[in-house]
Amino acid sequence: MIASLSLILLCQLAGEAFVRGIGLPMPGPVIGLMLLLLLLLMRDRFAVLARGPLQDGGVETTSAGLLANLSLLFVPAGVGVVQKIDLIVHHGIAFLGVLAISVLITLLVTVGTFLLASRLIMRGQQSP
Amino acid sequence: MRDNPFSLWVYLSQSPLLWLTVTLLVYAIADAVSIWTNRHPLANPVLHSMWILGAFLRLTDTSYTTYFGGAQFVHFLLGPATVALAVPLYENRKVVATAILPMLVALAAGSVTAVASVVLLAEAAGLPREVVLSMAPKSVTAGIAMGISESLHADPSLTAVAVILTGIMGAIAVTPLMNRMGITDFRARGFAVGIAAHGIGTARAFQVDAVAGVFAGIAMSLNALVTSLLVPLAVTFLLR
Repeated sequence: MIASLSLILLCQLAGEAFVRGIGLPMPGPVIGLMLLLLLLLMRDRFAVLARGPLQDGGVETTSAGLLANLSLLFVPAGVGVVQKIDLIVHHGIAFLGVLAISVLITLLVTVGTFLLASRLIMRGQQSP
Repeated sequence: MRDNPFSLWVYLSQSPLLWLTVTLLVYAIADAVSIWTNRHPLANPVLHSMWILGAFLRLTDTSYTTYFGGAQFVHFLLGPATVALAVPLYENRKVVATAILPMLVALAAGSVTAVASVVLLAEAAGLPREVVLSMAPKSVTAGIAMGISESLHADPSLTAVAVILTGIMGAIAVTPLMNRMGITDFRARGFAVGIAAHGIGTARAFQVDAVAGVFAGIAMSLNALVTSLLVPLAVTFLLR
């Protein structure tokens, strides 16, 4: 488990260094994600890599444990928001209303586009 | 120590141990309630943990800085958890590979909608310019959103508030909304909540369905990239 956690941290560290080094406007962990994915894919291709945390579902188990409690990780930031409640009260109902409507519109547009696109592509494949 | 319980409290309330324990305990209870209600959207464990902890801090007159001394250990795991998204992505790579085109189209439409809708609605509601700018990046994870906000000379702490509230609203709304619309494609449902409600939406998606969680994670990551390029552009176009 410690080896798996080290591998995950190592990927994040490499991602963070890469992003800072190049000055990309994206989070280091996202690069770390791609790195870990690449490692997992390469492991299937090259047996040499299948050792340590990359064998017997090591990194898989640790990742599943982290993701099973993903909600917990947002609690500290969420408590920060409760501390700023006067900021929300100050900007009033319009602030909350705008956010709520925007979320609903975004959900509907995204899901609609996804379904439409996947249907069009499927139809295109069926009748070439 | 016995004749002065207050000094014990003073000692403990300054130590990370107390606040880490309280955070985990409150979350464990909120999560148990969420499971007990069969993951009812309104029993969202993030929402209930944060107001209970917030009220507790206010009652005990504890500063957020002191609280964060303990909670930072939990907060820190956000980065590793993002990296860990690689595993479900790897395990579902075949499902993901067949959906690349719909994802890219939905990413473009969703990112633009997320930014444009909030900017236009906030303008229409007559909110001050600084608030509008602070709200613009609300659909991406807090770290990135605050960076964008800073580069626009807006208020990063107000952005953080908008981001968390957006995440909670999206996580609560997604299941009833999609059920009512009769949408059963969990790829599409997950992708939508990842675009609209970043990590908190992704956490919700993982509670509902593994495939939905994977697609939410991809959407969240891609949206972070697109939005950081899009917001400065949108702001110059939409706000004159």
